[in-house]
Amino acid sequence: MSAAVELLTVRDLKLQFRSMRGLVKALDGVSLTLHEREILGLVGESGCGKTITGLAILGLLQRPQAEITQGEIRYRSEDLLTKTDRQLRALRGKEISMVFQDPLASLNPVFQVGHKIEDVVRQHKGVSRKDAKETTLQALAAVGLPPTDDTLKRYPHQFSGGMRQRVCMAMALACGSPLLIADEPTTALDVTIQAQILHLLLRLRDELGVAQIIITHNVGVAAQTCDRLAVMYAGTVVEEGPTAAVLKHPRHPYTVALYQCLPHGRKAADLRTITGTVPDLIDPPSGCRFHPRCEHALDICPQQKPQPLRVGECHWVSCFWAAAQSAAADHDLRVAP
Amino acid sequence: MTLLRVDDLCVHFRIRRGLSKRSDDIVHAVDNVSLQVEAGHTLALVGESGCGKTTVARAVLQLIKPTSGTIHFRDVDLAAAKARARRAALSDVQVVFQDPYSSLNPRMTVHDLVAEPLRVHSRLSGRELERRVLSLLEMVGLGTQHLWRRSHEFSGGQCQRIAIARALALEPRLVVLDEPTSALDVSVQARILKLLDELQQRLGLAYLFIAHDLAVVESMSHSVAVMYLGHIVERGPAAEVFEDPRHPYTLALLSSAPSPDPETGGAMRVLEGDVPSAIRPPAGCRFHPRCRFRMDICTREYPTPHAVGGRQVACHLPDDFDAGAAGSTRERHDAA
Repeated sequence: MSAAVELLTVRDLKLQFRSMRGLVKALDGVSLTLHEREILGLVGESGCGKTITGLAILGLLQRPQAEITQGEIRYRSEDLLTKTDRQLRALRGKEISMVFQDPLASLNPVFQVGHKIEDVVRQHKGVSRKDAKETTLQALAAVGLPPTDDTLKRYPHQFSGGMRQRVCMAMALACGSPLLIADEPTTALDVTIQAQILHLLLRLRDELGVAQIIITHNVGVAAQTCDRLAVMYAGTVVEEGPTAAVLKHPRHPYTVALYQCLPHGRKAADLRTITGTVPDLIDPPSGCRFHPRCEHALDICPQQKPQPLRVGECHWVSCFWAAAQSAAADHDLRVAP
Repeated sequence: MTLLRVDDLCVHFRIRRGLSKRSDDIVHAVDNVSLQVEAGHTLALVGESGCGKTTVARAVLQLIKPTSGTIHFRDVDLAAAKARARRAALSDVQVVFQDPYSSLNPRMTVHDLVAEPLRVHSRLSGRELERRVLSLLEMVGLGTQHLWRRSHEFSGGQCQRIAIARALALEPRLVVLDEPTSALDVSVQARILKLLDELQQRLGLAYLFIAHDLAVVESMSHSVAVMYLGHIVERGPAAEVFEDPRHPYTLALLSSAPSPDPETGGAMRVLEGDVPSAIRPPAGCRFHPRCRFRMDICTREYPTPHAVGGRQVACHLPDDFDAGAAGSTRERHDAA
């Protein structure tokens, strides 16, 4: 994994929104790495900054309400934050694409879907209508829709939810984007349809080599699709690493608690809960943002923001307690023999 | 003791289209559904959107009129009973809806929301009423400081607590929970599930629990009824249904749900196709167009539910047919 080529890196991204009540410190030093042909999961509860991170990568946040105060977003060798709107527009849909949670809301109801997908192709590739149609049919086939004139001529309301999400994906991938950001791609769908879409995401990675960032609140979805996970809490990445390591051997107290909140195979009485509520990001807790709810909080936690510490192969955790634990374990190892 | 008994419930909706408002199309939302809820137990109704779970609940609550079939609550036939008897019976049945924001009146304070059912149905007033409201709020983990606030000042989880407090105000025997946690984050969901579990233990409540999340259902319920396109395809004790699903749809539903354990890799088995329209449901078994074990008879004849062990299964496959071994269950995938 470490030999893989980095496709996208986000370094120490800080972002705030202006609101009537004051500045919302939505992202506080988010760092992520996505390699080629890899699926990275952004996992966390509502309001933790998953979607904002995705939108920031694509430059889709409205200025001046949203302001990036620090950090960099690098795609291959280009710095996305220094790009003009025109340059970003050339990039979106061709290099980096996004699909959203509600496919009905993201498709224009008055256009036939074929028309919309051809638009994307012609915009980016400057080809003739005939060639664009050819590309569109290929894109439809790639996402498992029948590549026929009938499909092209249908309107969004004539598709079911799962098929609409496939249309969105065809639109996102028609120009051969190597990077797809999928924001809760299956949340609006039923489980059997969700399984179909998740299979499709995996197939896109394996067959077309599309790297993906999957934004989800569903740990099950992340566990079954992602190669690596970044767990977010209140605008920070608390833990990042290979899916199996993060879920089977979580180091951050939040990751541990989140996993134990899941009802899978547990009786309701045995469920773990996290005390307190998600903080207001206008006035976030000092130091580690999780410390007021953390059962292991140390004296240092409210004072200083923890930096990512390497605890395993590509496994990073931002936590003073976890750092102390792993230091103690190392010490034991050295003393033991 | 059987608290609620639903027999052969059918709910059909006639839909009107176009200028003439005339149409012969009928949505077969619920067909021949029978179920029982025992006192102090939880029956979960599971299925995908549009399968009729909520329609069953609304019929039980007498919010819609069934096309045919009977609903008995404590041996009172709700449809046939006189208005007074029905109202008396129904005060023992309460409901908590999915979206806590839209089910609480934004203009009312928490105090008024919880006191309202008491004012309507009980003779409590003055200090007694106040005391009862406070004890209800305390029961769901809210305090005096919340009493005079309105719903917009609360988080989703807190609103759901208020809705639960209000549902419990009249000391019901049965609470219909319509997707009570699906609008909530997992950490909040865990707290609400725990709360519901505690309340059931303490007050001996029965729940009719409607959900699409199988993991939630597994953690909460004593028995399960799986619905597909208006029919109950399988019904029985939760442990049995989850351990050894008999109906191919139950099996598909269970294996479609992604497990949060990354090591049960590839557990998601894909069920092809979409749920058909309930206006013209498939003939015979309604699941047959998507079923991997489809036989000729399935396309012609509706499989009457029959007992398999402690369960009711509506499927033409032989009782000893091991759908799990014939296809691939979670266990098989684990081994692979």
